[in-house]
Amino acid sequence: MATGLLGIEGLDRAEIESYLQRAKTFQSHGGNTFKKLDTLRGKMLVNLFFENSTRTRTSFEIAAKRLGADTISIASSGSSVSKGESLVDTLNTLAAMRPHAIVMRHAASGAPHFLARHLETPIINAGDGMHEHPTQALLDALTILDHKPALEGLRVAIIGDIAHSRVARSNIHLLSKFGAQTVLCGPASMLPPDLAKLAPGVVLTHDIREAIDGADVIMMLRVQLERQHETPFPPGDYFRFYGLRPEHLTLTRPDTIVMHPGPINRGREISSEVADSQRSVILNQVENGVAIRMAVLEKVMGAQPA
Amino acid sequence: MSRICIKNGRVMDPATGHDTVADILVADGKIAAIGANLDATGAEVFDATNTIVAPGFIDMHVHLREPGMEHSETIESGGRAAAAGGFTSVCCMPNTSPVNDSGVVTTYIIERARRLSPVNVYPIGAITKGSLGEELAAIGAMKQAGIVAISDDGRPVMNARVMRRAMETAKAFGIPVINHCEDLNLSAGGDMHEGFESVRMGLRGIPACSEDVMVARDILLAEVTGAQYHVAHISARHSVAMVRYAKARGLNVTTEVCPHHFTLADSDILPFDSNYKMKPPLRSCFDVEAVTEGLADGAIEVIATDHAPHPGSEKMQEFERCPFGITGLETAIGLSLEQLVHKGRVSLMRMVEMFTVNPDRVLRLGKGRLTVGGAADITIFDTDRAWTFDINKSLSKSRNSPFHGREFRGGQVASMVNGQFVWRLS
Repeated sequence: MATGLLGIEGLDRAEIESYLQRAKTFQSHGGNTFKKLDTLRGKMLVNLFFENSTRTRTSFEIAAKRLGADTISIASSGSSVSKGESLVDTLNTLAAMRPHAIVMRHAASGAPHFLARHLETPIINAGDGMHEHPTQALLDALTILDHKPALEGLRVAIIGDIAHSRVARSNIHLLSKFGAQTVLCGPASMLPPDLAKLAPGVVLTHDIREAIDGADVIMMLRVQLERQHETPFPPGDYFRFYGLRPEHLTLTRPDTIVMHPGPINRGREISSEVADSQRSVILNQVENGVAIRMAVLEKVMGAQPA
Repeated sequence: MSRICIKNGRVMDPATGHDTVADILVADGKIAAIGANLDATGAEVFDATNTIVAPGFIDMHVHLREPGMEHSETIESGGRAAAAGGFTSVCCMPNTSPVNDSGVVTTYIIERARRLSPVNVYPIGAITKGSLGEELAAIGAMKQAGIVAISDDGRPVMNARVMRRAMETAKAFGIPVINHCEDLNLSAGGDMHEGFESVRMGLRGIPACSEDVMVARDILLAEVTGAQYHVAHISARHSVAMVRYAKARGLNVTTEVCPHHFTLADSDILPFDSNYKMKPPLRSCFDVEAVTEGLADGAIEVIATDHAPHPGSEKMQEFERCPFGITGLETAIGLSLEQLVHKGRVSLMRMVEMFTVNPDRVLRLGKGRLTVGGAADITIFDTDRAWTFDINKSLSKSRNSPFHGREFRGGQVASMVNGQFVWRLS
């Protein structure tokens, strides 16, 4: 089995640090005219997205191109998946064309893990169901480190639909490995009690004020309407009890940052004022996404002979 | 006619408590004699030294997939797998295509089995038409055709009123009602046991309470109707406690457990490997302990496999898209010895009881005993031989087992049905 990147849970602190260190060197290009590197020249990346995505897919493509790799992006609607082909067959078909890595997003938790057991080509998980989204957690960590000296000792509030969130799971694992405290907050139906056992330093609350009290970082999550099966929390009540609004920011320290993995739903989980405020680092996250994905692609594909 | 003398085995019959080293002489398909140093003149001798010779094992919960799903299993292949697992009788669930909800389908299964299966096959009929949970199936006609129980296995009867009527009807026809206990509203969308592991893997949970609430409902209905009621594949600790309670109240309530449920917990799942996906799901270690305790103290009296073959094309998928179920016929004895006998949780005699006379007491097949003059259905197994389960050598048509490569201590040696060896260890 080739080494790709399937999740944060299985990484140790040193591996995460090496991704972050490397990504920092790619960050400095931001804002300037970007000079294309040839680190991955002659290498081929396949972007395979079985779920809709704007930022992650574009971000991986830009990262690959900046490193000089050739990329092909495939969406499930335009592929043989819509003709009833099984996931294993689709992946085997693509792997037979000898790409150096496959970036994959899939609605089923564990789909890339399952495939990695049957495939030689390294797989980079761009989000699997409700399970993990490792590059998102890495870029979130990079963004936090742009504003805070270290992750250790931070109090990070993650607010929203935790149960259905792969972003939350990956972030919880990463933050815990670095000794940050994570406060998870959401309505009961989106906050199973077993989350508290996911990693050391995780606490749960249903009260947003308690969650943001003393927080260094507030991460807002989108309500995953597409993953709710039944009896959802009433949408009106949601914004009232779990939407981040300007009055909440007055309860926090002036250096508390607000993050969101996107796409944001203004007026649902976050008010426009907060999303556009000075505290919001949402666009920094997007920008850092490219740097992180460059670091990941370089590591995964660089190890593969061209 | 052929005569076979099974020499020098430890003959164990839980129905009588018989446990001595003895010979069994089989003639004309029947047990002719049981005793020490029987005259084997003219008989084929089977040396059973250092093995256990027991009544033929009964698996009261299997899926043979015929009619309609012959790419997964057939009555013939499932029967061969059963024989290779040390079983001489199996009861097949009605969730075929078409569903066994009429005397015609029951007769078809019985006729096919008579011609093709090396082991005895007893069909279980559906509770409701098409197992849709609405109208009662042709229970009387199926009973006349040969069903031994009714069950909508895999599709629990959600409507309590329908269940009540089913119990009343089954009681009148003298057969038990077997229910797959799962409240479908509580378990909707679930792929594995709800708990820490499901949260960790980002998979939807099937809570233990989805089993418990239906066990509770059914026990209350069994009391109201006076029906004989059997909980299929029990897995949750509160369900075990409620069955224990029902027994204490004197109700005719029984239950079975599958070897995988007393062997594996949710924390043993190889992440996202569909060979660990079944219903009920592998539950917490507390539930594993509770079902084991239930086996030891008598709350649970039957071991059944819920052998559920699925072809690789269906199991080689994303975890949440795979069908539920694993095969189990060929690993049942090995797992029972490993988890129950070798660990000192139940005696060897008690283990044999749970495969023989106990399922017979539930279903009244007239099997599960060593009776002189009775049909020679005999299971021979050993308790110390080291062997490894190789799924690629399985006689089932399907390969979906989490136990491939598992090393066992003791297992099946030979299976005899009506005086003929239908499988022997090679």
